[in-house]
Amino acid sequence: MRLPHMTAALALSIAATASLHAQETVAITGGTIYPVSGPRIENGTIIMTNGVITAIGSTVAIPAGARRVDATGKWITPGLVATATSLGVVEVGAVRDTRDASARGKDNIASSFRVWDAFNPQSVSLPVARQDGGITTVGVMPRGGLVAGLGAAYDLREGAGAAGMLRKAPVAMVATLDNAESAASGSRAEALARLRTLLGDAREFNLFRSRYDAGAMRGLVAGRADLDAMQLVLKGTIPLVISADRASEILNAVALGKEFGLRVVIAGGAEAWSVAPQLAAAKVPVLTGAMNNIPESFATLGQRQENLGLLRAAGVQVAIVGNGAGGEDGFNVRNLRYEAGNAVAYGMSWDDALRAITLAPAEILGVGDKVGSLAVGKVANVVIWSGDPFEYATQPEHVFVAGAETRVMTRQDQLTQRYRQLPVKY
Amino acid sequence: MAEDDSRAHIRPAPSFAATPPEVELLRQFFVLLCATATAVHAQSSGTTATPARAPIAPGTGAVALPNADPFPSTYRAPAARAVLITNATILTAVGPRIDRGFLLMREGRIVTVGGGAPPAGTDAEVIDANGRYVTPGLIDTHSHLGVYAAPGGEALSDGNEATAPITARVWAEHSVWPQDPQFPRVLAGGVTTIQVLPGSANLVGGRSTVLKVVPSVSVQGMKFPGAKYGLKMACGENPKRVYASRGPSTRMGNVAGYRAGWIAAEAYKRRWDKWLADRSGDPPQRDLEQETLAEVLRGNILVHNHCYRADEMLQMVDVAREFGYHIRSFHHGVEAYKLADVMARDSISGSLWSDWGGFKMEALDGIRANLALVHNAGARAIVHSDDPSGAQRLNQDAAKARAAGAAVGINVPDETLIRWVTLNAAWALDLHDRIGSLEAGKNADVVLWSANPFSVYARADRVWIDGAVRFDRMDPKQQWRTDFELGFVPAPSAITGGRR
Repeated sequence: MRLPHMTAALALSIAATASLHAQETVAITGGTIYPVSGPRIENGTIIMTNGVITAIGSTVAIPAGARRVDATGKWITPGLVATATSLGVVEVGAVRDTRDASARGKDNIASSFRVWDAFNPQSVSLPVARQDGGITTVGVMPRGGLVAGLGAAYDLREGAGAAGMLRKAPVAMVATLDNAESAASGSRAEALARLRTLLGDAREFNLFRSRYDAGAMRGLVAGRADLDAMQLVLKGTIPLVISADRASEILNAVALGKEFGLRVVIAGGAEAWSVAPQLAAAKVPVLTGAMNNIPESFATLGQRQENLGLLRAAGVQVAIVGNGAGGEDGFNVRNLRYEAGNAVAYGMSWDDALRAITLAPAEILGVGDKVGSLAVGKVANVVIWSGDPFEYATQPEHVFVAGAETRVMTRQDQLTQRYRQLPVKY
Repeated sequence: MAEDDSRAHIRPAPSFAATPPEVELLRQFFVLLCATATAVHAQSSGTTATPARAPIAPGTGAVALPNADPFPSTYRAPAARAVLITNATILTAVGPRIDRGFLLMREGRIVTVGGGAPPAGTDAEVIDANGRYVTPGLIDTHSHLGVYAAPGGEALSDGNEATAPITARVWAEHSVWPQDPQFPRVLAGGVTTIQVLPGSANLVGGRSTVLKVVPSVSVQGMKFPGAKYGLKMACGENPKRVYASRGPSTRMGNVAGYRAGWIAAEAYKRRWDKWLADRSGDPPQRDLEQETLAEVLRGNILVHNHCYRADEMLQMVDVAREFGYHIRSFHHGVEAYKLADVMARDSISGSLWSDWGGFKMEALDGIRANLALVHNAGARAIVHSDDPSGAQRLNQDAAKARAAGAAVGINVPDETLIRWVTLNAAWALDLHDRIGSLEAGKNADVVLWSANPFSVYARADRVWIDGAVRFDRMDPKQQWRTDFELGFVPAPSAITGGRR
């Protein structure tokens, strides 16, 4: 008998949370704290002990022996959370040998594909996301096909290795409804039908496992591992993240979720603003950006930068995912905070925008109990910014992941330093 | 002094007026060839006294000279009331920031810019900026708008004539779809002039075209009157990948390809120069490929060279020297910071992203301080887009790049930074005497911003091109909707919102 597929994954995630953390006590004092889960704290103090936030507020006693970090005049936020990246599974997009984000699957169904099994903790883009972008947790998601597979969440800890970085796996199943070609379907409707058939077969497989194992069941659309993996979605353990841009496909995804009792999350969601009330009523979150207003395909004709603000105003939970151009899922994941700034320029409140790059994505990934806000008991992922984190002039001055400050020179920093004065001396 | 765009379409000279003797020779040849085309003959022989050429003379294209203007601009700035912006924070791109300043524009030109009391008793429409920022219209040296139009797909993929490694014969303007819905979006980002280039599949991709971001039935109605053409060249991975099966399939093959192309062009140019000098016998056969390359060698077409790696850019500098042409701008140049000293020495500008990189091997060494390091070395730093989304936020990209410079001790104030998206880009297009800064006599391409344009929260409130309002964020009637958008794309007027 085979080891149930998901049990191994979940065991891995449990192991990860118990792994190493910073062994010092740090007190950040004097800054303006934006905890996200509570109101702004002027001249606040945060105490981090053994990698966890142990105190936060305006009147906090500083433990003896704590390392003090003066943040007077600075802005302090939770480490940012990038929901859907290819970090660690795609290094150089054009180099085949470095691409591990997509499975071949069977008939474009790869629900048992665990993208984290190829996660490379040595990727040079990881420190960049952290040091330039103030990002401390990333979702790593598979790409392509009708069902791309399972994603994971990592904390961007330095030197902790893949197991030490892993926050949780799996965190989501990824599928698409809006790209018939990618889904190897002749129509969006066929993609929807194939997804519905897969869910139905997976449900039936689970009801009649012994009959299936005895070879007494009719042919199902996917193999055992893939049907097994779908149970996590059917049980609501993890969300089904469905790429859908056109309003009609978004509504199809919502209906599919209702039909099977799934936790659906819309990714892309170019026209989500136009069906915001339905999304709010169904409690379906949306992952989208604020830097794209181009009708770049017939599925995104209604794409607009006001999308996030309008969705939020309608009560939809949103997480910001870069949708402009220039590698927002990898090399330039660091630009997430500017995406939030643009969301504000197009009608979202500043507080909502910060939530949409911290706690909201953490909750969507199922790790909101550990990261995404500054509160006692949470993992000490903290960023001290020189100013408004959404502004271009602002830099992250101190980045703490699990209480440990990271100050590594990124590969880009090293190149910059090397060529700061010409001619170069190697 | 700036030329008058609104009258440029009736100038007798072809677009490229940089080398008058050459132009005069060519005009004489034109007269000769057109002896039977009386209408054309008549206008051509009126050399200086009556510069009254019809904008489109029948038959002109068929007998066009090398360097003639067979698809002349038909752009005309609409008549507009004079505008006086007061109480503005002005970044002129040529001087210090002006606080509580004013700008007067009339008949398509900037009349005065300054601080202190604005002119009184003017008939102009007065706009109180209330401290908001005013800058020149932004300029994007690297656009594919119209040639890779939205909503995309094969039907609108017109940017790469990927059928031969050298296609100097193709002109980007012949691919531009004026109804590309990306145009009005870029305009709303404060961009008033763009260079539309062929793609980078080929060693030589073809001619670029410089457009004003205005609605028009034809591309001719968008063309910047009198702007020089550019030549798109490309290094590295793209050509060798596209032509892997037939060659060039290597970087050494690429360089051999450029050189072979220029050698042929030299011979072509010699044949024509000889014939133009003695005019004996039949003129040589025209060749569109060689005609464009020969014009580069004559200095009439500007070279815009897509190139990522420093070592390849330095090789292109040598190729340019071998054949006696000048590279006006390296485009993308993610490693420009490694040869910024050479770029400064040779007056090669860098049309660069703030932080793209890593997506292919030749882009691996992209760094955010690239623009700042190029600027710091004394070369012209230009924020370009190569992207319809990035083109809407050139100002934001500049701000991002500046911050990376500041992190390594290179501080660029607003009044200098604005050049990265205006005057330096104008120079790359050889239009710096007409656009790119706010100075008396220059074209009134002006943007009024809701806030400091280098803030993430800033948006263009109003955009003027040649003194005419082309975009107003508060007025849906001043928000251009392309033909394509009608019915397909919801009108933005349904929802306002946004900060400040």
